[in-house]
Amino acid sequence: MSEINNNQFSEVFKQEAEELLINIEECVLDIENDPHDKDAVNRLFRAMHTIKGSGSMFGFDEIAKFTHHIETCLDEVRDGKVAINKDLIDLILASRDQIMAMLDGTNYDIQTNESIIAALQCLMGKPQETTTDHISGQSQTASSQSQLHKYQIHFDAPANIYNSGMDPILLLEELGEMGQCQIISNFSRIPSLENLDPESCYWSWQINLETNSSITAIKDVFIFVENQTDLTITEMPLDQNISASVEDLSITEMEVPKLGDLLIKKNIINHETLGKALDKQKSVHKRVGEILIEEGKVTKEEVEEVLNEQGQIKEKQSSVKQESVRVSSEKLDHLINLVGELVITQAQLTQISASHTIAELAKPAEEIERLTADLRDSILNIRMMPIGTQFNRFRRLVRDMSQELNKEIELVTCGAETEMDKTVIERLADPLVHLIRNSLDHGIESPEVRQAAGKPRGGTITLSAAHKGASVVITIHDDGKGLDKDKILAKAISKGMVAPDTELPEKEIYNFILAPGFSTAEAVTNISGRGVGMDVVKREIENLRGKVDLTSEKGKGTTITLTLPLTLAIIDGLLVDVDGDNYVIPVSMVEECLEMNQGIVALSDDRNLIQVRGELVPYIRLREIFNIPGAYQQIEEAVIVNCNDSRLGIVVDHIIGDHQTVIKSLGKMYKDITEISGATIMGNGNVALILDISGIMDTAKNNICCTCA
Amino acid sequence: MSKVIMTADDSASMRQMVSMTLKQAGYNVVEASDGKDALGKLNGVDMLITDLNMPNMDGIELIRQVRSKPEYKFMPIIMLTTESQDNKKMEGKAAGASGWIVKPFKPDQLIAVIQKVLR
Repeated sequence: MSEINNNQFSEVFKQEAEELLINIEECVLDIENDPHDKDAVNRLFRAMHTIKGSGSMFGFDEIAKFTHHIETCLDEVRDGKVAINKDLIDLILASRDQIMAMLDGTNYDIQTNESIIAALQCLMGKPQETTTDHISGQSQTASSQSQLHKYQIHFDAPANIYNSGMDPILLLEELGEMGQCQIISNFSRIPSLENLDPESCYWSWQINLETNSSITAIKDVFIFVENQTDLTITEMPLDQNISASVEDLSITEMEVPKLGDLLIKKNIINHETLGKALDKQKSVHKRVGEILIEEGKVTKEEVEEVLNEQGQIKEKQSSVKQESVRVSSEKLDHLINLVGELVITQAQLTQISASHTIAELAKPAEEIERLTADLRDSILNIRMMPIGTQFNRFRRLVRDMSQELNKEIELVTCGAETEMDKTVIERLADPLVHLIRNSLDHGIESPEVRQAAGKPRGGTITLSAAHKGASVVITIHDDGKGLDKDKILAKAISKGMVAPDTELPEKEIYNFILAPGFSTAEAVTNISGRGVGMDVVKREIENLRGKVDLTSEKGKGTTITLTLPLTLAIIDGLLVDVDGDNYVIPVSMVEECLEMNQGIVALSDDRNLIQVRGELVPYIRLREIFNIPGAYQQIEEAVIVNCNDSRLGIVVDHIIGDHQTVIKSLGKMYKDITEISGATIMGNGNVALILDISGIMDTAKNNICCTCA
Repeated sequence: MSKVIMTADDSASMRQMVSMTLKQAGYNVVEASDGKDALGKLNGVDMLITDLNMPNMDGIELIRQVRSKPEYKFMPIIMLTTESQDNKKMEGKAAGASGWIVKPFKPDQLIAVIQKVLR
């Protein structure tokens, strides 16, 4: 078995252990909420146990050793010998973090191991014992002694030996493998046929064995039967040679047996009949079963019975394969890319079939269109994960931080089953941590302040997720003091972000929080105010093509709403045309489309402004941004986009229409081009660039400013 | 026809390791993630290798239930366990297990034990 390399499993183990550690955290927090939660204790124990067991299997001996101590302690907890208190909870959480660090293998401190173990043993009320290694005890190992021994073994198999699935023959064979072996069977106890119980064993054996192995190795052979049988092993002086042969265990490939073979096996037909039927089959194109029935060789029932058996064998084989698999996300990405290509090629096919109006071609083309759509949806679905995995991380965060801050804060989550793209979920982690930290630190007041304000002492942070059309809405709500409008405005004025006497709507004032370098916290605490501001959150969410909204009510709390696309791989776009080239504008940003004739353009008097529903909106021509030569169209069209609550008209030659498309990145070479976020390939093979609206907004602002100046 | 061996373990890495080892040795493998899962997939299995600590239904109960079915009365069952303590082993034996392997073990030890109880 040397091909089996433990390394190939260590990655799997790491993944699994990380999942288990998350589980452990949940369990511990559940136990903290309700110390009588027996189920949680059991789950916790099991998770630790699995880490220990699998860890020792795949060479993570340190982890296994360490976990062993925790497991021992948890076992006592399970038996009610050790009480559940805060110390224990803290210790288990600490050891969980320690295991995490050990898994990483980078910077963990072995001293911490010792101190956690010592503290656990202290809890168990035990003096610190020298750490004996329980787990490396291996009953199967044979000591390697090179000296030749001769043994006489008497083995009297118990009558019920078959009932535990043991076959004594196999034990004898194993003895045979150990060296020269002579086996003498004693069947004198076998009763007469009418008294014979076929499920009982009546044999006993005398075995003369000449081997290099020690007496313990021989006992190991009988390890599974040892305590229920009459076994005597005596060492004999070496004298004569004994011999025995060992049957080879040959394993043939598993395949579905043919109907004919099964019928022969059941003695329903013979080889000759089957041969004739098979010959006939070549000329009449019927199933063997049908031919045999027609010829009256077998009955219909017999064939059905055999077919049933054949089915069971097939089922048995397929059930081996019905397991879930872990694949690296790299492979998935590749698959998604391929499907993207397929979608494009399919679109080409549809276009060709439409232009040729060939009935024979139209049908398969439509079929392929349907299948491709199905395929794309299922592939994208593979990447979908419930967001709950992220949510659970925050329970620990909230617990630890509220202790640190001396606040009583509870985290309520809902919609944990909401599914979204794995990448989005992963990239959401940091922004969410930041937002929750903010709520904990700035949002929720200390218990005393809350009490004085007539609120319950304990604060609540609600984290929820829900589907809304093609996007997922995540809200973080706290019932804290809310945002201080005046303070924010004052800060904004002092920073020169806004003129001192401006009247601003509430929403815009809150939005200052999302600006870079804006913090109203007086002091930098351990938890927030350390530079990574809300602007980072906002940027990250926008990179995910999402948006951040803030609402707040003074004294009642703050709600932050994140709206995110379900997946990053596909974009709902509006396809537009400039000078025969196609561009895609993300539909999520489009507010409306309108026609711009020269009259409207003239009205704006070269100030690049158009009137949209009574409001003036600046516009910019895509031709200008990208320096596309050629005259403006007589009638142009403008797409009004909204990004960060400011609006801009993007003027194009034509609007073609809605276009759902797979995003392709442009590669590193073009990463500095802010106006374009990616590209897609059209049905006709042309490339369409996907516009980055916020990038264009920035460019447009500069342009407009330039023209103003 | 090669034998079908079921591995019941809640640890995916253990399952994968056992199943890979068995497959390389030419066996067919059915994987089950806990006792309940295992009971549902028993059909056609020639041998069972089970962990003891599992959610939903633990290994001991699984062994008991499997043994109570007449068609599996003589099927070899191996416990895969870290409990080197005798009480668990004895409990398992009393429930009807054929034998045990203590983790950690090497793949060829597993194969040796399987060949010991299975032909």
